[in-house]
Amino acid sequence: MPGKLKVKIVAGRHLPVMDRASDLTDAFVDVKFGNTTFKTDVYPKSLNPQWNSEWFKFEVDDEDLQDEPLQITVLDHDTYSANDAIGKVYIDIDPLLCSEAATVISGWLPIYDTIHGIRGEINVLVKVDFFNDLNRFRQSSCGVKFFCTTSIPRCYRAVMVHGFVEELVVNEDPEYQWIDRIRTPRASNEARQRLIFLMSGELQRKIGLKVLEMGGNAVVGYLQCFDLEGESGLVVRAIGTACTLEKISTLTSASATHPSNSSPSKDMKEPVFGEEAPGIPLSSGPPTPLRVQTFSSFSPSKSYSRQSSSSDTELSLTPKTGMGSGGSAGKEAGPLKALLRQQTQSALEQREYPFFTLTSFPPGFLLHVGGVVSARSVKLLDRIHNPDEPETRDAWWEEIRQEIKSHAKALGCHAVLGYSESTSICEEVCILSASGTAAILGSRFVQDGPLDTDYRLSRQPLVFSTGAERVEGDMGSSASLGFEEVAPPGCGFCHIPYDELNIPFPAQLTYCYYCRRFKVPDVLFTTIDLPTEANVTGKGCLIQARLCRTKKKAQGEGNATAISNLLPFLEYELHTQLMNKLKLRGMNSLFGLRIQISVGETMLLGLASATGVYLTALPSPGRIQIAGKTPSDITYEQHISNMQKKINDTIAKNKELYEVNPPEVVEEMIGSPIPEPRQRSRLLRSHSESSDEVTELDLSHGKKDAFVLEIDDTDAVEDIHALLTDSPMPPGFYSCNTEIMPGIQNWTSAIQMFTSVRVFRLNNANLTNQGLNKIFSDLCENLLKSLYFKLRSMIPCCLCHLNFTVAVPEDELIQVAVTAVAMSFYKDQTLENGRQSGDKTLIKAITENDEQLQFNLELNAESSSSNPLSSTKGLSDVSGSHPSARAPPVDYSSFADRCSSWIEQLRLKAHTIRRGSVKTTSSLEKASPLPEGRSRSLQSNRSYSGSSVTVVKMTPLSFIPGAKITKYLGIINMFFIRETSSLREEGGVSGFLHTFIAEVFAMVRAHVAALGGNALVSYSMKECVFMENPNKNQAQSLINVSGDAVIFVRESELEATSVQPQSAATRETSNGGDGT
Amino acid sequence: MSVELDVFVGNTTIMDKEVFQLWLNGYTVSDAVKVRIEGGIMEECEANAEVLLSDTMDQYRTFQMCERLLHHPAKLSNQLLFQIPPDRQAMLIERYYAFDDAFVREVLGKKLSKGTKKDLDDVSAKTGIMLKSCRRQFDNFKRVFKVVEELKGPLVENIQQHFLLPDQLGRDYAAIVFFASNRFETGKKKLQYLTFQDFAFCAGQLINHWTVGAVDNMMDDMDVDLDKEFLQDLKDLKILITDKDLLDQHKSLVCTALRGKTNVFNEMEANFKNLSRSLVNIAAKLINAKDVRDFFIDLVEKFIEPCRSDRWTSIDVNLYLTHYTNSAHILDTFKHHGVWTRYMGVIKSCILRIYH
Repeated sequence: MPGKLKVKIVAGRHLPVMDRASDLTDAFVDVKFGNTTFKTDVYPKSLNPQWNSEWFKFEVDDEDLQDEPLQITVLDHDTYSANDAIGKVYIDIDPLLCSEAATVISGWLPIYDTIHGIRGEINVLVKVDFFNDLNRFRQSSCGVKFFCTTSIPRCYRAVMVHGFVEELVVNEDPEYQWIDRIRTPRASNEARQRLIFLMSGELQRKIGLKVLEMGGNAVVGYLQCFDLEGESGLVVRAIGTACTLEKISTLTSASATHPSNSSPSKDMKEPVFGEEAPGIPLSSGPPTPLRVQTFSSFSPSKSYSRQSSSSDTELSLTPKTGMGSGGSAGKEAGPLKALLRQQTQSALEQREYPFFTLTSFPPGFLLHVGGVVSARSVKLLDRIHNPDEPETRDAWWEEIRQEIKSHAKALGCHAVLGYSESTSICEEVCILSASGTAAILGSRFVQDGPLDTDYRLSRQPLVFSTGAERVEGDMGSSASLGFEEVAPPGCGFCHIPYDELNIPFPAQLTYCYYCRRFKVPDVLFTTIDLPTEANVTGKGCLIQARLCRTKKKAQGEGNATAISNLLPFLEYELHTQLMNKLKLRGMNSLFGLRIQISVGETMLLGLASATGVYLTALPSPGRIQIAGKTPSDITYEQHISNMQKKINDTIAKNKELYEVNPPEVVEEMIGSPIPEPRQRSRLLRSHSESSDEVTELDLSHGKKDAFVLEIDDTDAVEDIHALLTDSPMPPGFYSCNTEIMPGIQNWTSAIQMFTSVRVFRLNNANLTNQGLNKIFSDLCENLLKSLYFKLRSMIPCCLCHLNFTVAVPEDELIQVAVTAVAMSFYKDQTLENGRQSGDKTLIKAITENDEQLQFNLELNAESSSSNPLSSTKGLSDVSGSHPSARAPPVDYSSFADRCSSWIEQLRLKAHTIRRGSVKTTSSLEKASPLPEGRSRSLQSNRSYSGSSVTVVKMTPLSFIPGAKITKYLGIINMFFIRETSSLREEGGVSGFLHTFIAEVFAMVRAHVAALGGNALVSYSMKECVFMENPNKNQAQSLINVSGDAVIFVRESELEATSVQPQSAATRETSNGGDGT
Repeated sequence: MSVELDVFVGNTTIMDKEVFQLWLNGYTVSDAVKVRIEGGIMEECEANAEVLLSDTMDQYRTFQMCERLLHHPAKLSNQLLFQIPPDRQAMLIERYYAFDDAFVREVLGKKLSKGTKKDLDDVSAKTGIMLKSCRRQFDNFKRVFKVVEELKGPLVENIQQHFLLPDQLGRDYAAIVFFASNRFETGKKKLQYLTFQDFAFCAGQLINHWTVGAVDNMMDDMDVDLDKEFLQDLKDLKILITDKDLLDQHKSLVCTALRGKTNVFNEMEANFKNLSRSLVNIAAKLINAKDVRDFFIDLVEKFIEPCRSDRWTSIDVNLYLTHYTNSAHILDTFKHHGVWTRYMGVIKSCILRIYH
């Protein structure tokens, strides 16, 4: 009996009129947890009842505490007939079970009814007296923290990253039970909502148990999904990464802990060191690179129809890790035992699934990236033997995971990062997909095994053999700090993890354009975020490949086979499109790649989104050349040359737009024979001396091989068409689908999260693939255009974490949903080479409004002239003129010295400006608290004091710009159903969905506020199902949202002195105008 | 091929001021799109008509969803459905409750009833204000009227508190409510030259000086009704015109004071008895509700028009009324100084305001 749940019902407000005669309501409340129910008194004749009830106490098992939601029902008392329900509130009490999260839930929560929507609000108080059960055989896992955030949460430090956890629960879908024929839609919806709450709770508890078993205390990158399989059931499944986290004391943080929590923008991290620890490029990979024929960095999709088992050709080499099959139960204990048995082998090798759902990592975690690995499989839901049991689905996912694992092996990698799983269901066909990024990890956070020391040993000799003094300095420092302060190199992750003689796919390898010592591929595709330490030229941008393929209507196996056959082509074409669009933007790598394939009855939709980036370490992309196969007549030639010209123009324009202007230096290196390490470092040095002269743009594409598109091919025509129809973004806008936008750091605090949904009806059924493609592509483009228009007031602005989801809800419908956050940034403060001019970005003066723009411009001009490090050739400059820059301890002081004069200038400037308008807060010197920062904080404290509703920010990102997250309050995971049988009266489909989404946002905000939070980070809308029946005037919608409730504090409100030494700039806006 | 569904929901509700105004003005979506296109927004933002249509529809839908909250502005600040920054909320309320002077002139003093609402299409045709907008404005008047009708305490403050309106707008609504509840006649042809602001000023004077609330804030009833006791007392002023001696005495006092100070002295002297009779008669009749309605028409017909035909300047009127008021206090047999001051103070400022 380890828990006592206490609930108090305080009051209600804005209740609907339930008694037409009196225009009033006699409300009372039903409080239910598990099988126990309490009731308040009836508060007669009021729309704003004050119950002020006693404390209702539930004594329950902690298992129930985790599984069950608290259910509060508000009813209208009726003397003569049955009491009418006004609405319900489900409260997930999980956040109260963890000592570090929230302690009380208190506030106004919307009362929700699945037919009428929000109907007033109720004020409740919920507390838990919790006695932790230390019983080894317990079934509960209270205290394990859950985070949706796919990086180490910002006020924690990762002590250990244990690895992959997964779980899956199945239940009958109430909507498909026989009883549904006789009960009301409301009852059916409520049964469904409650069931999903229960299943999520159970799932979380079970995952928590696995985490405890692995020795962890938290799940990061927790991703929970629903599969509405229809007749065969309702599946709730989740994956995540088990970690051991340690809270960083937030107040006086002069401690030596690494600032993984410091601040969102990467410029606040420590500066990049010119030369870095070389990593373990050749000696560390898995011992035997496999000679597997996989194409490109993409793995071909495996399509299984129901009966054929997974005996595909290329995968016969799939290494078996000893614990091949077996149910979920077997898996749980597997990894640990194996580890004990085989201590001599790498910890990762022994994991059943060395997968990580994280997308950004603490320094030293990620060493090399191989490329994207993905696997798909087509299943038939009506062939599940035991639909109510999870075994079949477990086996399906296991198959897919094994395949992913083997793909990673083929790329010479021992781990998969940024891993995610998804499904698409249409009738009885289900496509299961998984994708991730094959990679090699550093040993630091990985299970401490003997491998750890192996790495160290192998590392030292290698490093010293290079003989370069600078490297020596670097290693010395890192060694002395016991690996704590090793920043991963800005290029290291690009270096190929596989053996160059046994390249798993055709790729052109060159020496790294950054360090010149290791091989890199010509393009790099990944599903992870851009590592903060990566060296990037220019800005990034969203790149999308869209594809629509018709499919014949079919049933059962035939259908599954047809889909299976289409999938590889779909993926291939998406890949080609991505590649072309990437080149068109003059970029060479993709981050955050997410490919969604959605199946409908008569078509397949494919949407690939990623953020294109020019990695300095990778070669610049070749140009796109168009070639006609039969150069017969002149007009044709002309046509081709026209197109060629258009493409070239676009490339040039894009390069300018995204500021992709890589230094030309690279050319001299290409032809040179592979130098020995010593020679290489010497070469680099000589290069750095002459670097100042080479600053022209590389527009010629020089000797690089052009990418040839043959125009005779109809596909190519289509490709070119797709390339050129992508309309450019309006000026002032940037977009990406990753956490951070490369090249932009100076965010304002104005953020606007939004969701936009469009459904498109294809009226003429007989469309060609091309026609469909165009429609689909236009749909996405128009949606983006609308977004730009809507958000024009935020210019200059970047749409971050643009997440598109496509679905085929009905035969001729295409649904596209977008969730993203628009964030403004300060334009005139954009530091073009932010990353490279390391110390320049340490200081920032930020203006709020136009009045101060003048000052800023001035400042910028000054900084570039006075700052010795502001040259575009940051790399060579840093290493050349400041050799100490690579030794962190020395480094900071020297930076500080150089910066201090600069700060003085800033401060002088600041004082001449009107009261508090400039916030130059620097914490480089701990002893210099800035008066501005202090005084501002007082002014801007409670900008919303006037309104009684807490402003809750929501963002799909893991941070709030200009603010510091001080506490994580727990995970928010909510599922809502809304149904109407008066669609026209509610404003048609758009009115209905608009209201519903607004209601969902409102409920999420209210629950965050009740936990004591003021923001929801890592927000995502995982499911947005919409079904309509206009003839019956009906519609139904299901939405699932999740995120992490947090408390944030504006950085300006923190004491300037308490900011960590490495982080510097703070910013804020003083008035409430930004209220998001 | 058609867009079946198109929604955009922001965590902070995005509302475009310009579109909001178009919506308030009663434009349909397609008309609003036309207006926006003409405004040149497409070139400015690189948008196309499709984008504009989608945005306008979306905004209109948002406004419709917000409208029921705007009916009770206090709810807007503590509702949870839309996250709207306070300055935006204030803007929405102010603009929603703003009205056209041309429209308000048409309904000022009329009963805010269903009958009046039915006639709004005529008003719309006459003023050129769209019917939709007329209805909104009318409903606003009616809503404010209904809420404050039942409330105790000062009218302006009540309105400002319940509808979170800015100062000036609150006063204007107080005038509208006051006129509606006393049913002052404002539509006669002779009154057409008066603007709403003229009437609003007079209403302010009446509210501040002639209502129950004007003398005693603690009174149960409030600013909407004129002080019955005071109206009763006004009858006593009749002595000024019924007592021949008093009238002559009053006349000579005023004329002595005015002599040489104005170009229209002769006309003043000649008209004194007429004018005095008019003003006192207006006062004496105010006890009848029907005559209260004719208050403004009486002022214009009985005082302003004679003065105007004699070409008095407003300085002359001011001079005349000042001395007319003050001289009465010197009359030995006249005892009703309190009532006289309270009456003439308002009459004087009202006449001065509407004398143009």
